[in-house]
Amino acid sequence: MELTGAEILVRCLKEEGVEYLFGYPGGAVLHIYDALYKQEDVKHILVRHEQAATHAADGYARATGQPGVVLVTSGPGATNAVTGIATAYMDSIPMVVITGQVPTHLIGNDAFQECDSIGITRPIVKHNFLVKDVKDLAETIKKAFYVASSGRPGPVVVDVPKDVTAQSFEFSYPKKITMRSYSPVTKGHVGQIKKAVELILSAKKPMVYTGGGVILGNGCQQLREFTQHLGYPITNTLMGLGAYPSTDKQFVGMLGMHGTYEANMAMHHCDVLIAIGARFDDRVTGNLEKFCPDAKIVHIDVDPASIAKTVQVDVPIVGEVADVLESLIKHINESEAKVDTPALEKWWQQIDVWRAQDCLKYDTESALIKPQHAIKRVYEITNGEAYVTSDVGQHQMWAAQYYKFDEPRRWINSGGLGTMGFGLPAAIGVQLAHPDKTVVCVTGESSIQMCIQELATCMQYGLPIKILNLNNGFMGMVRQWQEFFYDKRYSQSVMNVLPDFVALAESYGHVGIRVEKPEDLDAALADAFNKYKDRLVFLDVVTDPDENVYPMVPAGAGLNEMVLV
Amino acid sequence: MQHIVSILIENESGALSRVAGLFSARGYNIESLTVAPTDDSSLSRMTLVTSGTDEIVEQILKQLNKLVDVVKLVDLTESAHIEREMMLIKVEAVGESRAEVKRLADIFRGNIIDVTDTTYTVELTGPGERLDAFLQSLSSISIHEVVRSGAMGISRGEKVLGL
Repeated sequence: MELTGAEILVRCLKEEGVEYLFGYPGGAVLHIYDALYKQEDVKHILVRHEQAATHAADGYARATGQPGVVLVTSGPGATNAVTGIATAYMDSIPMVVITGQVPTHLIGNDAFQECDSIGITRPIVKHNFLVKDVKDLAETIKKAFYVASSGRPGPVVVDVPKDVTAQSFEFSYPKKITMRSYSPVTKGHVGQIKKAVELILSAKKPMVYTGGGVILGNGCQQLREFTQHLGYPITNTLMGLGAYPSTDKQFVGMLGMHGTYEANMAMHHCDVLIAIGARFDDRVTGNLEKFCPDAKIVHIDVDPASIAKTVQVDVPIVGEVADVLESLIKHINESEAKVDTPALEKWWQQIDVWRAQDCLKYDTESALIKPQHAIKRVYEITNGEAYVTSDVGQHQMWAAQYYKFDEPRRWINSGGLGTMGFGLPAAIGVQLAHPDKTVVCVTGESSIQMCIQELATCMQYGLPIKILNLNNGFMGMVRQWQEFFYDKRYSQSVMNVLPDFVALAESYGHVGIRVEKPEDLDAALADAFNKYKDRLVFLDVVTDPDENVYPMVPAGAGLNEMVLV
Repeated sequence: MQHIVSILIENESGALSRVAGLFSARGYNIESLTVAPTDDSSLSRMTLVTSGTDEIVEQILKQLNKLVDVVKLVDLTESAHIEREMMLIKVEAVGESRAEVKRLADIFRGNIIDVTDTTYTVELTGPGERLDAFLQSLSSISIHEVVRSGAMGISRGEKVLGL
């Protein structure tokens, strides 16, 4: 049967099993919106700004593992989506972004709402496509989903000119697609795996360091098995939290700039480092010249370009994390060599000494609300089971440090690009994906204002997100750096001209609660999570404006040179 | 060290800018770049000359391979290969220099492909160093214009970069 391009597009989304389409209409996508109007399979979520559409789709993808899907119009629709696309790209999140484009005969004419979306997005996508002919449309959409979700995932943009959505063509959706120029590696090389096993079992001071790749590659079960079988200490990156249970005794906390003392010291002193689905980011390594000076390194990653990008490694293994870990476990079981238990016991004793520093302790007697305490209480009232999104800054670090994630895909934040404004729209995607789960957006008074218009979207779809606004009247992380490194010259980081957040939330139809004293916190949290369970609650929590994120590895320092308080 | 990278890439609009964009975004060096469709019109063959430490070149090759449009690539410099570049050069050819240019062109096995009362245009093909040497030999001659294609390369022997 012949369908119009717009109908074909919507049918493709249905074939892909797309549940939600996050978008905003406009001239170039009117045919598509008309096709959406005539069906009920794909539910459209109308955001209030295209940036939020991409973040919501991104949040959906992170929480489910399924690609998030976005539809925006040409020109400003596409440019507004750029921040969200770049955010997803930096964290390798599978996403398909359909951008409208002016009709093919107008491309290049500086037409109304025209921009070179392909050119603008090229450096921030895994791949992008311009569809010039309706006969290529279905296959291109299939390719887009395939590329976005295979190998190292990432966002894919499909630019669709308006005339292509009007033309008709016979619809058939390819069941499978192969691309001669794209075939990601899946299985690890057996020779490398054997070498890795030898090295792993020879360790006296081993360390397992894992990143977001373990979650993206659905390798968390295998990681747990691998780590518990060996009894080795494990740290997760900011992106990798939840891949391994944070409450397990082998977990030594997050590593990196605001990681725990024990994680960073163990990294620095280990003799064998097993890096899995992690990319040796500068916030993780600190000064590269001082990074893991004594370690032989095994690096497992699905992306060959991630290996030896910043740190040279001894045993690289390219492959899907889950598959490689299974293979490692099998070879470890078959190996004649065994874990050096006495050495490992000694190593744990050393780690326990570092642990005893209790680097995450904070003042519990303060007359002001400590942000760490607020996170801790949210952790407790949600039994550690909430999906937590965050914005970017101090509150993000505190959430990462004090909310103990035991399951993957629960901690959703913009780690790579560090996009303020991510938290609330991401929470929209997460809550839609898991309507019966508790979703908390940990934010600050500065970040939340970057996408606060999405409170309307939350109202439209009845999303009972709990917003924890840690309000210290500063762009806290900027202030912290200015305090440490710019002699307290707080240049433009003061954020004390603020809306009445309670009234603002109420004006959108939500519940607003302001908390100013430590003794009122628990009652407010009880109201938010119990009494107003089915409503969006905006908790405006006034916190200690002088609190800083500790511990900290200063810029240029090695991981062993961290500042405790 | 200089590396000559040969790339088979989908012959699609924008493919070239993906390669060029990768180099500018990651701060890599492109010394020259040539590109044209092959006998299979769906594929373009690109020859890219770059330089850097072994680690940087390894990253360049990996990042190029990661581009979804790139079908295959090879670092020709890793094994025996043939490198060719073409140069068109327009020089002043009056009085004594007229005979001198002709003589030098012959020595370098160049062809004079256009002639006026005052100029010669010489076509010369060979490895980059030979073109450099020819330019140097013309040091006493006034050069009006130099056009170089950038290097192209192919492996020696039976080794083939194909589908």
